[in-house]
Amino acid sequence: MQATAASGAASLVSAAAAVTPAISLQNVVKTFGEFTAVKGLDLDIRQGEFFSLLGPSGSGKTTVLRMIAGFELPSSGRIDLAGRDVTRKAPFERDVNTVFQDYALFPHLSVAENVGYGLKLRRTSRGDRRRLVAEALEMIRLPHVADRLPSQLSGGQRQRVALARALVLRPQVLLLDEPLGALDKQLREQMQVELKQIQRTVGITFVFVTHDQEEALTLSDRVAVFNEGLVEQVGTPEDLYERPSSRFVASFLGNTNLVEGELARGLTGSDALLSIRPERIRIRQPDEPLEAAGMSSVEAVIEEIVYTGPSTRFVARTSAGQKLIVQEQNDSRASSAHRGDRVRLEWSSRFNYTV
Amino acid sequence: MRLSRSAKITLRIFAAAVMAAIYLPLLLVIVNSFNATTSGAFPITDFTTRWWEAAFTNEGVREALWTSLRVATVATVIALLLGAMIAFALSRYEFFGKNTVNLLVVLPIALPGIVTGVALNNTFKTVLEPLGIGLGLFSVIVGHATFCIVMVFNNVQARLGRMNRGLEEAAMDMGANVIRAFFTVTLPGFKSAFLAGGLLAFALSFDEIVVTTFTAPPGTETLPIWIFNNMARPNQAPVVNVIAAVLVLLSMIPVYLSQRMTGDDRK
Repeated sequence: MQATAASGAASLVSAAAAVTPAISLQNVVKTFGEFTAVKGLDLDIRQGEFFSLLGPSGSGKTTVLRMIAGFELPSSGRIDLAGRDVTRKAPFERDVNTVFQDYALFPHLSVAENVGYGLKLRRTSRGDRRRLVAEALEMIRLPHVADRLPSQLSGGQRQRVALARALVLRPQVLLLDEPLGALDKQLREQMQVELKQIQRTVGITFVFVTHDQEEALTLSDRVAVFNEGLVEQVGTPEDLYERPSSRFVASFLGNTNLVEGELARGLTGSDALLSIRPERIRIRQPDEPLEAAGMSSVEAVIEEIVYTGPSTRFVARTSAGQKLIVQEQNDSRASSAHRGDRVRLEWSSRFNYTV
Repeated sequence: MRLSRSAKITLRIFAAAVMAAIYLPLLLVIVNSFNATTSGAFPITDFTTRWWEAAFTNEGVREALWTSLRVATVATVIALLLGAMIAFALSRYEFFGKNTVNLLVVLPIALPGIVTGVALNNTFKTVLEPLGIGLGLFSVIVGHATFCIVMVFNNVQARLGRMNRGLEEAAMDMGANVIRAFFTVTLPGFKSAFLAGGLLAFALSFDEIVVTTFTAPPGTETLPIWIFNNMARPNQAPVVNVIAAVLVLLSMIPVYLSQRMTGDDRK
């Protein structure tokens, strides 16, 4: 609704906005005493993007988020929001809002007052405020909890109220600090879908911090993988999964078989480290011919079989001692291999990714 | 933990004995305030409300009560302001000497009242009197404020420590500057601890006798001092009983309120 009202002006702006990144970090360093949390980070986040900062705990991703929000000052470097330098600006001087990991809802205010808090500070008129709060609660499908206190809500409801409270201010950028971390698996998956839908509807740039690689891959347009204060790789989920640029990225995103040494030389003729995803590998009988040209193949013995419902995981070992994990869908093509069976593992050579 | 039958009975007897030791004398004071004889002899043969009438019309009592109320009120206000500010500074900011400041703030409550009293008495007499600030109501208030601050400080600091600091960040994230965030989010969060600390401070000041003795100028009497001075006088003793009875009942109110306030931590 607001979008149509402002569309005339917005279309003029958007031409320029398309080139100016929503957030631009330039050589940002953050130290806490002796510890360097972020080591010289350069990162551009585009307008309207769902961007994830992914990494294990202590990798610096939350520190980066807090610096964008203004809760931490960078030790050096520069942060631009929509082309404006905000490096030394206070949190209340930046057009970004945050959904906190523990939600940080004000316990003494009702849900409606929580959501209306920022609007009240902006001196939005009472009527507009009531309408915007109602719309925000409608968006998260919780219009009936307006008068409740946060303590009277379930975890999932609190999470959505925190989201509404941040989004009602229509910031340029929404920062989300592991917002789904405290929810159980089922609720988390449901919220992922909702989050993605809301982001598409409002068109605001989302910066999402998570340690859950599956969540990052599902939700994001692009992901930055953090490791020990550095970004290892930035790319689309497909880039990261199919073409990891480092051993860390390959092993952090999903399961993979890292192959080096003799087998790698045999497969590619070079000493490079290979990443072969378990679901790319097929199990065949040793005497079966290759399915097609351009296939890689190796003989192995099945050591372990783990049934996981939709798929089965096989642990196989080659005669040279290389362990390979195979993930096979439990469909009509399932191989029905047994433990101890001598098999031939086969996969298309284009799935031999050099790391 | 399961207790044997005999252990239960023994513990109950001990608990009852302790309670009796604390509360029977208080009860005796209240009963005695209706005793017709001036010597407080037992068993009571005649009941009278004469002493209550005498107490309410007694000039000395009225004056002492007025002094006590003024001292307690001002000392409490000082304690609320300074105690809350120190608590906020110590729990939200890092600075050099933080732990020392913390210790120095809490120390007056552990320091014997007589030490505080003597120290303040010396300071006022030798240093401040030449400057024109002698012993008076002001010195009594300063003396009381030293330990009243601790009451507020302890309550507020404990609450601030448990409060989610993310709340202040959330407020600033949504556009509140530091002062707005304090008044809209932090203060509502520790309000009940603040008030509870204030009530305790008031109660503490109201019955203080040691520091008061050393900091009050001759002729200025707070209620406890008046009681102390009049207890020995035979014809005033029954009136003292009345005042004590009233104080027992009155002092229950702030203690009860402060207990309730700290009880309902977070709604």
